Amino acid sequence: MSKTLIRGAKVLGGEAQDVLIDGETIAETGTGLSAEGAEVVEADGRVLLPGLVDLHTHLREPGREDSETVLTGTRAAAAGGYTSVFAMANTFPVADTAGVVEQVWRLGKEHGYCDVQPIGAVTVGLEGRKLAELGAMHESAAQVTVFSDDGKCVHDAVIMRRALEYVKAFGGVIAQHAQEPRLTEGAQMNEGVVSAELGLGGWPAVAEESIIARDVLLADHVGSRVHICHLSTAGSVEIVRWAKSRGIDVTAEVTPHHLLLTDELVRTYNPVYKVNPPLRTERDVMALREALADGTIDIVATDHAPHPHEDKDCEWAAAAMGMVGLETALSVVQETMVDTGLLDWAGVAERMSFTPARIGRAEGHGRPVSAGEPANLTLVDTAYRGPVDPAGFASRSRNTPYEGRELPGRVTHTWLRGKATLVDGKLT
Amino acid sequence: MQRHLISAADLTRDDAVLILDTAEEMARVADRPIKKLPTLRGRTVVNLFFEDSTRTRISFEAAEKRLSADVINFSAKGSSVSKGESLKDTAQTLEAMGVDAVVIRHGASGAPYRLATSGWIDAHVINAGDGTHQHPTQALLDAFTMRRRLIGPDAGIGQDLSGRRITIVGDVLHSRVARSNVDLLHTLGAEVTLVAPPTLLPVGVDTWPCEVSYDLDSTLPKSDAVMMLRVQRERMNAAFFPTEREYSRRYGLDGDRMARMPEHAVVMHPGPMVRGMEITAEVADSPRCTVTEQVTNGVSIRMAVLYLLLGGNEPAVTPARTTEEK
Repeated sequence: MSKTLIRGAKVLGGEAQDVLIDGETIAETGTGLSAEGAEVVEADGRVLLPGLVDLHTHLREPGREDSETVLTGTRAAAAGGYTSVFAMANTFPVADTAGVVEQVWRLGKEHGYCDVQPIGAVTVGLEGRKLAELGAMHESAAQVTVFSDDGKCVHDAVIMRRALEYVKAFGGVIAQHAQEPRLTEGAQMNEGVVSAELGLGGWPAVAEESIIARDVLLADHVGSRVHICHLSTAGSVEIVRWAKSRGIDVTAEVTPHHLLLTDELVRTYNPVYKVNPPLRTERDVMALREALADGTIDIVATDHAPHPHEDKDCEWAAAAMGMVGLETALSVVQETMVDTGLLDWAGVAERMSFTPARIGRAEGHGRPVSAGEPANLTLVDTAYRGPVDPAGFASRSRNTPYEGRELPGRVTHTWLRGKATLVDGKLT
Repeated sequence: MQRHLISAADLTRDDAVLILDTAEEMARVADRPIKKLPTLRGRTVVNLFFEDSTRTRISFEAAEKRLSADVINFSAKGSSVSKGESLKDTAQTLEAMGVDAVVIRHGASGAPYRLATSGWIDAHVINAGDGTHQHPTQALLDAFTMRRRLIGPDAGIGQDLSGRRITIVGDVLHSRVARSNVDLLHTLGAEVTLVAPPTLLPVGVDTWPCEVSYDLDSTLPKSDAVMMLRVQRERMNAAFFPTEREYSRRYGLDGDRMARMPEHAVVMHPGPMVRGMEITAEVADSPRCTVTEQVTNGVSIRMAVLYLLLGGNEPAVTPARTTEEK
């Protein structure tokens, strides 16, 4: 069995200590651990976190291998410090049967860079009309527990109610992409001052908030848990805060880009800023940061959405929605939450590893950094600061909104069950 | 002047007045027996129209030809664009043929901006209307028409529209004409009031440099010019207003309403008019209505814009031969 000694790492940002990995597990933590028979990684004051867990990733395989594959996507995940990603269902074919989810799950296993937990579609073909075989997907080898029609909203109130009820039988959760379809016909960007000037179709905050309000009430009524994908507005925060105060079993995620960027960037008409839900206003950004800090928003999820160059190198209206995020997520969280004093590293571990693993029931992930736990770890050089260079991405796609932007933090090492997937910033 | 003309908001007051003054010179050319200047001889301009717009395209074409430019018309329909070619490839193909300027009309807001700023091409870009964003030459020709009517062709030289009260009525939400006019008229010192049912005003309009009213009748007596925007009948089906008749009753301009405007005030319309909807035939055909003048002025304005963007330092208009002979 191979041993690795990580020497002098600030575990969850605390005092520097040593962490000894033996085989697939953490054997020991403490100071002055013996390096005998172990490969030594000098952490030199870097921060050691539990391997990150992304509850919202688009790996595009099967169907859009021109933008990402399970291999390239999991390599990007490892480069970003992730050891587990949840792959969204909007592939071609849609992940709405046991066969498709098993294929995606197996590909993740074979490549070995990052565990891939497929998310199953709620409805057949993401069409919102007929429930997919949720039980069969759960019972498959992939053991699906999270279901989502992401990209599309489960807008029919009855279908949503039934889905929420049905998955209770096996502890599943519905992850809702909250977007009232009629209010967002032709929507191109956040509806507000900037859309009025630019003449781009508006995506009003109320289209998100009204669905969230409905769904927390539905979850309350049927006693189910519901997860809100990529919450993006100040109003949504208020609704989730109210729901939690009532004891409703709701969790919510925010993307890194909604913590940093605003709709002012759309003035460039550069589709790299086109994303769904759209970039909102400064006021929303501040409300989201505050909500992530106080726990109203439970987790950060990337909504990593790779697109080929030609789908972004065009006029705004013709461009695809979405941005890649796996390889920049932690840096953006450091920039917006840690360096601003809103969150410490233990809080980051909570929101990017422990809690997402718990919501998605990701076995063996989101565990404490202590003896006997699986060695899913990521080491971060938090003192680093530099410009984002998409040319260096492991993802097949380059549609990042951060090109050239200086961001703090760099993941140097990632271990998946004791096996290094990233060493000194290089994938193994 | 900038390299491109993308948005009316990009123009300073001095830029705008220079364009209007230059257009006055161009207008005089139209009175000559030979309506042609050699200014853009040897330069190639392409009219790249992804949306049908016979009026605007013909207006640009007339302007280009009067300046002696070589003109290429490219209409997206039936071209490679309908076979899936991208805007980028189309533009680069045209530039490879040696085009100096691209006049672009596109259904997507921001397409001309992308063309001008993405490094795809080097040519000058003139926005001939993009989505529901901007239509700067329309705003310029409207301002030119107002200045001529409210101040006078000669008295107007060097002048802006300070203190003039302009009312714009109708579907502001979907109108690039309204956006361009609000920007330009504000720059020129005019006081703009938008009048529309609340459904046809964009969220965020309260930040625009203008007043907003839902009531046409109270606004008319305080207007030096009233610009009626076209209201497409399809809007009715999307619940922007209950019926055509109700829209006309509340926001249409008829003879009775026109009588409430000050004596000197003019009625404008960017065309095409929907008679019986936003404007009655009585108003459309009255001498106070400037619709055909706007079309004429459109050619002068577009000549001025093309000349100022492309023409370099030579004077636009050389004295007519008759004066030389004296």
